[in-house]
Order: sequence, then C-alpha cells, then structure tokens
Amino acid sequence: MSYVQGATGEWEVVIGLEVHAQVVSQAKLFSGAATVFGSEPNSQVSLVDAAFPGMLPVINRVCIEQAVRTGLGLKAQINLFSVFDRKNYFYADLPAGYQISQFTQPIVGHGEIILDLPDGSTRTVGITRLHLEQDAGKSLHDQHPSKTYVDLNRAGVALMEIVSEPDMRTAEEAAAYLRKLRAILRYLGSCDGNMEEGSMRADVNVSVRRPGGPLGTRTETKNVNSIRYVQQAIEFEVERQIEVLEGGGTIKQETRLWDTVKHVTRSMRSKEEAHDYRYFPDPDLLPLQLDQGWVDAIAATLPELPDDKKARFQEQYKLSLYDAGVLVADQASADYYEAVARGRDPKLAANWVIVELFGALNRLGKDIADSPVSADKLGGLIDLIVDNTISGRIAKDVFLAMLETGKSAADLVEERGLRQVTDTGAIDQAIDQVLAANPDKLAEYKAGKEKLFGFFIGQIMKMTQGKANPALVNELLTRKLQA
Amino acid sequence: MSELTQLTLAAALKGLDRGDFTAAELTESHIAAVAAARPLNAFITETFDRARQQATASDARRVQGTAGPLDGAPLAIKDLFCTEGVQTTAGSAILKGFVPTYESTVTARLFRDGAVMLGKANLDEFAMGSSNITSHYGPVISPWTGKAPADAVRKLVPGGSSGGSAAAVAARCALGATGTDTGGSIRQPAAFTGIVGLKPTYGRCSRWGIIAFASSLDQAGPMTRTVEDAAIMLRSMAGYDPKDSTSVDRPVPDYAAALTGDIRGLRVGIPAEYRVDGTDPEIAALWQQGIDWLRAAGAEPVDIHLPHTKYALPTYYIVAPAECSSNLSRYDGVRFGVRVPGDSLAEMYENTRAAGFGAEVRRRILIGTYVLSAGYYDAYYLKAQKVRTRIAEDFRRAFEQCDVILTPTAPSAAFAIGERMDDPVTMYLNDVFTVPASLAGLPGLSVPAGLSSKALPLGLQLIGRPFDEETLIRVGGVLETAAGFHTRPPFIAGEV
Repeated sequence: MSYVQGATGEWEVVIGLEVHAQVVSQAKLFSGAATVFGSEPNSQVSLVDAAFPGMLPVINRVCIEQAVRTGLGLKAQINLFSVFDRKNYFYADLPAGYQISQFTQPIVGHGEIILDLPDGSTRTVGITRLHLEQDAGKSLHDQHPSKTYVDLNRAGVALMEIVSEPDMRTAEEAAAYLRKLRAILRYLGSCDGNMEEGSMRADVNVSVRRPGGPLGTRTETKNVNSIRYVQQAIEFEVERQIEVLEGGGTIKQETRLWDTVKHVTRSMRSKEEAHDYRYFPDPDLLPLQLDQGWVDAIAATLPELPDDKKARFQEQYKLSLYDAGVLVADQASADYYEAVARGRDPKLAANWVIVELFGALNRLGKDIADSPVSADKLGGLIDLIVDNTISGRIAKDVFLAMLETGKSAADLVEERGLRQVTDTGAIDQAIDQVLAANPDKLAEYKAGKEKLFGFFIGQIMKMTQGKANPALVNELLTRKLQA
Repeated sequence: MSELTQLTLAAALKGLDRGDFTAAELTESHIAAVAAARPLNAFITETFDRARQQATASDARRVQGTAGPLDGAPLAIKDLFCTEGVQTTAGSAILKGFVPTYESTVTARLFRDGAVMLGKANLDEFAMGSSNITSHYGPVISPWTGKAPADAVRKLVPGGSSGGSAAAVAARCALGATGTDTGGSIRQPAAFTGIVGLKPTYGRCSRWGIIAFASSLDQAGPMTRTVEDAAIMLRSMAGYDPKDSTSVDRPVPDYAAALTGDIRGLRVGIPAEYRVDGTDPEIAALWQQGIDWLRAAGAEPVDIHLPHTKYALPTYYIVAPAECSSNLSRYDGVRFGVRVPGDSLAEMYENTRAAGFGAEVRRRILIGTYVLSAGYYDAYYLKAQKVRTRIAEDFRRAFEQCDVILTPTAPSAAFAIGERMDDPVTMYLNDVFTVPASLAGLPGLSVPAGLSSKALPLGLQLIGRPFDEETLIRVGGVLETAAGFHTRPPFIAGEV
C-alpha cells in the first residue's frame, strides 16, 4: 500500500471516479436529433431537446443496447427493470428544467475493472453502477458583453455515467482506471473515448485518511477532461487536504472545479449550497423492462475484451505480459499485430510492431488506423528477414523507406538492390580484401587481440554495403582466421 | 339562431352526407354562434378564417367522395392542444403569443378526419382549476343561470378546467369540443353545463402536443351534447402514437357501434364510499334515480366497496402538483413565451415566472416542489404513490364483481363566479368523485341526468374497466335515453 508522507505522519488517499461517457449513437437518448460533434450551434436540436410545450421523450433503443453492451463488458449485473427519473434544477442550458437520468434503479449494477499498473501488476476496482442520462446544452458566456448564449446541440445526447467504488489509492491508479475503461468502451464501440472532444469526462472524488482509519470527508472535482488533468487534480487535492488537516482544519464536503490554467482545484459550491434535485420517476416514460433473451443476444455479439485478449496473446503467441499489454491497449493495434503474426514468428512480429511501428507512428503523430505501412506489408518485410533476403539491419532501412513511400518491402529491396549477399565466393573475396588491407590488425589478432574480430566484421559489411548475410560472414571469417 | 347549430354532431354529419347543407354553411352558422357567444368568454383565440378554409376544403372532399368521418364538423379545441400556426396559451400569460410550429397528435387526427376548428377554447390556467376562474384570459361564464329572477344576473362557472369547451358546446357554438381531464377536467364541466364528457383510459389518446399538467394523469377526450357524438369524436381522437411512450398500442373500435341500448344482465357497481357527508341531497337522489333507470333497463345494481376512496383527493393533490412543478419548469423565459428580463439568470427566472404564472399555478408549483423535496419525498410523494396503487387495486377488485360503476359526477351543481374562492381546499373538493378514476387511469363518462331544484344541470358518472370505453358508451346511451335530458341552457348563442 502506498501512503503519502505528511508532516505529521502517513496518509492514505481514497479515490472514486464518476465517468460520463457519451454513447455512440446516431440520435439522442430521447429524440431523433443528430449527435455529430462540432456542428453549427443549435443545428442539432429537436423540439423535444428544446423542451417545447407538449413534447415527450421516447427512449432510443440503440442507446439502451449500448448501455447493456457496456455493462456486459464491465462484467456487471444487467438490471432487467430500470427506471428513468427526473433530476430537477434550473439552468439556461437545461431546457426542460430537469435532466432525465436514472437514480434509484439504474440499468447496470455492480461490475469490475482490472487495472494494469505500470509495474506489470494488476488491481481490481469495483464498478458501483452505470446509468443512462441526458447531457445538458452548453452556455456560451463569451459571445456578448452582458448576455449568455445557449447551444443546445449537446442537450439530450445520451451519456453513460459509470461510477467506481472508492477503490483507488493513487493518482496513477486513477489514470490506469481511466485508460482501461476507455479501452473497454472503445473495444465495445459504445463510446469513442475522445476526452478532448468531451465525449468522456470524469468527476473526481478524493479524500484522505490515516491508514486504516475512518473515511475522510471527500471533495468532488467536476468535469475533468483529460487523464493528465485527473492525475494533477488528485495530486493537488491530496496535498491541499493533507495541509488543511495537518493545520488543524477540516475538509468541507464540496464540489470543486479544475482550473486548467493555474492547475489548481477551486471551490464551486458547498454541500449547503447543493441543489435539492427532487428526483422522481419521469411520468412520461414507463419503467424500462428488458428481455433476458435480448440481453443474451447482445452478449453473444460482444468482442474479445482487453483482459481476455491479453491472456490469449500470452498463451497463443508466448508474448511477455508487457508486450501483450501494449498490444491489446486498443483493438486496432491488437488486430494489426494479429494480422502481422499470422503464419509468422509471433515474437519477431511483436518486436517489429511494438518497437519499430509504434515508434514510427509516435514520431509521425499518427494513429495505427492511419499507419502508412499496412499489416500485410510489415508482414512482407518480416518474411524477407526470415528467408534471409535481407538482414535485420537492412530491414530497418527498408522499413523507413516503406513509411515514406508506402511501397512493399519486396519492391523496395528489388528497386534499391538490397538483396542480401549469400554467395560465399563474394563474401570470401571481401574477407580476403579486408585482411589484405589490414595486415597490422591481422597480426595483432593473431597475437591474441581477439576483439578485433568485430572490427573485421564491420569492415566486411561496409565493403558489401551491409548486404552480406551476417551469419555467413561470421562463419567464413572464423574459418579463414583459424586457417 | 340557426337551426344548424342545434344539430347533434351525428345529425350534422348525416345532413352533410345527404347534401342538406354544406360544410361552409354549417361552419358559417357556428362562426356566427361563436361571435354571438362572446359574452361567455369561451374562446381565447377565434380561428374563423381557418375554419372557413377547412370547411371549403371539406366540401371539396365530400364532392370527390373522400370525406372523412368528421368531415365538415365545426369543433372547439381546448387551448391546451398545440395547434400549428395558431396561438396556444394554456390559459396562461406566460405563453401569450406562443405559436407552435407543430400540431398535437389528437388535433392532427381530428383534422385528418375532416374536423373544422372554430377557435381555441378558454380553460383554467394550465388546466389547473375546477371553475375556469384561473384563466389569465378571464373566467368563462356558464350559459346556465338559475331559475329564480335573482339568479339571472348571477354568473355561474362552467366548471373546469375545460370550461370554455363545455360552455361552447352547451351554448351551441360548436358541435363538440376537445377537453383534457387530469382529475375531472372533462367530466365536472360537462356535468355543470349539461353535456356529455368522456375521459378515456390513460394511454388511449396521445398526449403528444398537449401542454402537460400532470403527465401520469392527463388524458384528452371529447365533450359533446350526446353520448353518440362523444363516441364518434373519440374514434377519431384515440389511437397509438409512437411519439407518446405512455400511449397504448391497441385497435380503436367503432365506439358508436356500442350504442346497442341493451344492458340486460350488466352488473352496475354502486360504491358505498361515494356516499360522502355533505353531498347535496339532490345529488344523492339523482344517483338513486340513475340506479333505478339502469335496473329498469335490465342491469343489475351491485353494492361494491372502494375502501381507499377517501384518500384519493389528498393523493391526487400530491401527485398532480409534484408532476406539474417539474412539467412547468420549462416556462423559464429562455426559449419561447414571455420573458421578463433581470440582472442575472435567477432574477430573469423569478421575474418571468412571477409575471407569467397566476396564483393557482404558483400554489401548485409550490406544493409540488415541497412534496418532492429532500426530507419530505417519502412522507408525501412516495406515500401518495403507494396509496395510488391501492386505489387502482380497489377498482381492479371491484371490477371482479361488476362491469361498470355508477356515481355522481360532482358533489354539487355549478356555483357562482366568486364563490368558493377563499379556500382552495373547498374548490378541490369538486373533484372528489372524479379523481379516483383518474388516479387509477380508468375511463369515466359524465352524462347529463337531470336538473337541480335551481334548474341547474347535474351529471352522473360511469367508470369502466381499462380500455372498456365501449361499455361506458353503451350504458351511457341507456342512461341518456332514460334521463331524457333535453333542457337547453338559458343562453343559446344567437338567441339573446
């Protein structure tokens, strides 16, 4: 257990996260309006979203399916009976004066997420619940000196609120939780996980206590929209809370905001100022009743999820825990790897994907989906190494050329004459030339300076422009020197 | 006065079919009647131009042989139904000038079947009231007056909240009207004005496009001068609507076909709990008369018990305000309707809602906000929901012993404008007989059955099983025939 050292002793940090994940769907949760990000303000608003008189919500089946799919992916209990409630409060970007949400009877109950920590260990974090709710619109305060403008494009978009148990103890664990949750959501296709577009954001609950002591008072920092900010917000809150407590103060239960400029959390409203949301079942919507058969049918279409895939990669491809973890972090990488590994040496494939490809993509700032080198072509390159057409060193040059040109490895090798020399006569000739050109070095070698072997190899490879088969050079040189 | 405005809806449709007169003529007579009845203040918005266009189009359809079941019938539309291109106010200042870009499902169906709209009928603000006194556009005056000379100057309420609809139909301004009923808003004004009012089963008519008061109770229905007319209108209004999740997908029968006149062997439940203290003896006598009429027609009266009846009114006055407090949050001055500016968002809300809502609406929003508040929710709202379940269960059990239930519609005849205004609870008591069926979602039909000693109409209520409007109509027809209620109000449009 990692504790934080304060001035008066150790403190244990308790973290819980509430993640709002935007459901991938064509239409909103209760209306037919579209949900495309970045559209003109108020261009994706139906009369229902704008809460015109007499308008009624109708549940979007796709959103329900996505919530169930997500619940199944989190190994959670699917509640066949759930209820939509109204959460009442006034705000300009909340047209109806209430948000339709789920309060006492959410669609998904207890589940879990297994965190993959940087040291290779894992840790299980409980999921308390997942419920569906509407997003609010957006208030634009910077469009007019005294007025606020309202954009309702987001109003009514389906969100899944995924609530964790207070099971995390460090900012790193919180980050690992978000990364894993995002990976699962992306695998499932239920949320695109783009935090910068706001389609995934976190409310961060933090408290500190003496190790093993009773829970401290928590603060909730709202709407943090990057994993880095979540970590920073937690670190700031931990430090702040310990300082307050060690200074003899008490922590106020309150809602705070993360200031992305100053990198501090700031108080938004205290518990006393908290809204009384007056939740009650929405009389416009009947309770949601799901059929077990329908849930089972969704379960049958679930993809292999990261944890299972990782286990399979270790088992099937004999990969290390680390390599398997890196490859399954997102579905596209895992698919890419499997395409490369099919019928090839899986470890060699993993090495090329993780070291060379990921390295290159990272430099280029590209996604695996936009990789200039397809899995097929990377496989072709590996095939040329394995059948000794080119050496591993030449292969790296070929790979760089592939990134630039998009051509296949075979074409590039042919075009640039990079085929490996395996003709023993040619190699022998090169050896002879090198030895003849360096009589002093040869004498030194024979006098016992055996590390000069490497020098000779280097000279020979240079002479053959790297195309000589290294194993063959090694073998022939050894024979010649021993002769 | 025109003979045409005296027709029933059924007779008018037959006359149009036979070519006795045109829809244009029928509509013109009714336009004249609406204009002549302006002293009643039954309409907030008159739509004569639109009515004339609709009538002309209707006559064209009849010539082409494509006339619908209501083609050419001039109706009044309660101003709670959103009508495309026509101001829709809900009787509230906050929606003054609000012109929807959409048509409610129920009115769209009426127009699909050829109905003509004369105007938007006055109502209690947001349908909250039993007197039509709470309308921002002024009270509706009943076409009825008492028989004593002094009564002639006493202005009576038409009941509420569908008071404008009731007055318009009773005064022969319209062949029928749409109403909405949350706790009695169709049935009680129907009883007060001597007409027929039918509240269908919850889910029978779509609520889409009807301005919400209490979503779990609101239901649209017809208000007409005969049971047959109600049956004809309901057939057009009813039906599943995918845009209303609480509407029910089941076929719409030909309700008028249920008017067989034969109720032999039908068991009519008489609930002991409706004999409440303080009920006007005239009402009790009329109820007994109704029982006797149905027995004479071959039905079998059965004593039943609805033990939770006394909790219905308090339950209703928790559930309905709770829902309304939330439903009316959207009237905030931001997107439509009236806005009164302020220096902050909160101030704009306060200014707008203070100016836009009348006293009764404010009272119910306050009650509703209170009963949903943290610390009170369990004691009020949750308890009320539990009681509501018990009330529905009472009815379910009762319907094991009977096929229909007969009760009075209201505990008294119409009262004067200005009376019962001091204490809201007295006003709420008007709904004592209508609210239980509302809470249980059951259909209720009020049929005019006689006159009080002061010559004011009194109604009897029939309550049926879910979606058994046909039995209500069948029994209602028998009751109507037996009562022979043909008395017309002293004020008939165009006669004074």
